[in-house]
Amino acid sequence: MEPILSIDNLTKKFGYLTAVNNLSFTINKGNVYGILGSNGSRKSNTLGIVLNVVNKTSGDFKWFDGSVSTHDALKKVGAIIERPNFYPYMSAYNNLKLVCKIKGVPFEKIDEKLELVGLHERKDSNFSTFSLGMKQRLAIASALLNDPEILILDEPTNGLDPQGIHQIRTLIKKIASNGTTILLASHLLDEVEKVCSHVVVLRKGVKLYSGRVDEMVSSHGFFELRSSNSSELISLLENHSAFGKINEFDGLVTAFLDAPLDASEFNKMLFDKGIVLSHLVKRKPSLEEQFLQLTDHN
Amino acid sequence: MKRLLDLELQKLLQNKTSKVLIIISFILPFFVILLSSFKINFFGLFTIELGEHGIFNFPIIWHITTFFAAFFKIFFAVVVVSMIGNEYSNKTLKQNLIDGLSKKEFILSKFYTIVFFSLVSTLLIFLITLCIGLYYSSIDEVGIIFKGSEFILAYFVKLVGFFSLCLFFGMLLKRSAFALAFLFIEWIFEWIVFWGAYEILDGTEQAQKVKDLMPLESMSNLINQPIQRIIMNMNPDKENFVYDYAVHWYEIVIVLIWTAIFIFLSYRLLKKRDL
Repeated sequence: MEPILSIDNLTKKFGYLTAVNNLSFTINKGNVYGILGSNGSRKSNTLGIVLNVVNKTSGDFKWFDGSVSTHDALKKVGAIIERPNFYPYMSAYNNLKLVCKIKGVPFEKIDEKLELVGLHERKDSNFSTFSLGMKQRLAIASALLNDPEILILDEPTNGLDPQGIHQIRTLIKKIASNGTTILLASHLLDEVEKVCSHVVVLRKGVKLYSGRVDEMVSSHGFFELRSSNSSELISLLENHSAFGKINEFDGLVTAFLDAPLDASEFNKMLFDKGIVLSHLVKRKPSLEEQFLQLTDHN
Repeated sequence: MKRLLDLELQKLLQNKTSKVLIIISFILPFFVILLSSFKINFFGLFTIELGEHGIFNFPIIWHITTFFAAFFKIFFAVVVVSMIGNEYSNKTLKQNLIDGLSKKEFILSKFYTIVFFSLVSTLLIFLITLCIGLYYSSIDEVGIIFKGSEFILAYFVKLVGFFSLCLFFGMLLKRSAFALAFLFIEWIFEWIVFWGAYEILDGTEQAQKVKDLMPLESMSNLINQPIQRIIMNMNPDKENFVYDYAVHWYEIVIVLIWTAIFIFLSYRLLKKRDL
């Protein structure tokens, strides 16, 4: 796989505060990546470093094969971070024209991208007259001007109303379906789950996990069980080698698996031992549960 | 270079306030000089004709126009500090860098703009001076006409130096109003340096030499006040009016060195800063 961005032991310190701590991961071409972390997990700082606006303290990162300087590499990248930043006194069209001049892109692209984000009829309005949703869509149009190899979005739906969120997500999916690599930073789990194939989980600048979303916790799932004879059930589970942690709450027993175990086989085994279940569910943890598990236990 | 200049010109000329200030900074000195060269009749009561005193003759006219036109540089100075202040307050500086502009290119685009506008302003002053001078003088010998035109060079260097100082203050303080206030503080600071030097070196002349090295003072030294020269011209027999008003090469060098320092420091500041 062709790497687009490789981050190697990246560290950023603000005085005594270590914002980003020894972070390493690689973004490969063609995948949709999510950077997941709660507020203050230093997602934006990390993106700021690779986008040339925050200076790193140590470590290294390289764009593509590392042969071009960061600012030249950024001409092949599209990025919006935090809030859409444009010149308020310029029209949408002129703002994009300025970006074209910076990136060295022909002006013909402007109309095409404004059309894509649905702002074409407002192209001569000043940026200051736009609603937040429109500003965000203009930012996406601007990031797409150079048909980037990778699109970086930092909290793209932050502060938007449900329609706005929906528009942006539809847009992201549309872009991803064209084969553009996407890096999406968010604290919204369902956003990452809906859009991304790979995820990097950050907590206070430390990487907790990186890899495929569906492999985030190497879990075999868990059983939710209910029986009239719950004390016997629990003692049996505790002695079974396949089970790890066992919780009981309000008669509902949650047993986490350490080894694969088939539900019907397990049911038969319990029945043979004289325990009859009134409730049996085998589940994989949701991304939210996995995320909380990851961030809580470390 | 053309790309960077083009970028900055778009940012400036599409901003109404900047556009107005730029026009004022060019048109106003142009008109003030032009009007003052006319014979003005105050309702038949009396007439003012500044040209009578010979101030519009070559070579002194070069000195006079450049000196008075330089006062209007403050208008463009406001444009310079606000073009930095706005980039910070709109966070467009950050966006420019993310879009692929390097920090060096960012500073250079501002610097090229400064040089460009200084050049335009210098050219305008050169042309108007030449026209008025030719109108008032009966001399048509090229050598005499351009004698004293080193003030035009001094004017250009002065503008570039002053705007570079504004650029640096803008980068340092991020806010236009603070940057302008800092110009005043710098002026006071230079007097403090003068006073300090006076205490240490024990002499006005030596202290002045130290002050001559300071940015604002060195810029004002480029074009000394011409009033004394006018009086000197009117009273050629009085020797106590004689003073050194010439543009010296070392005065130009000092300002050029400051310009380089300010641009370099602006770049260093931006490079070190986390946005």
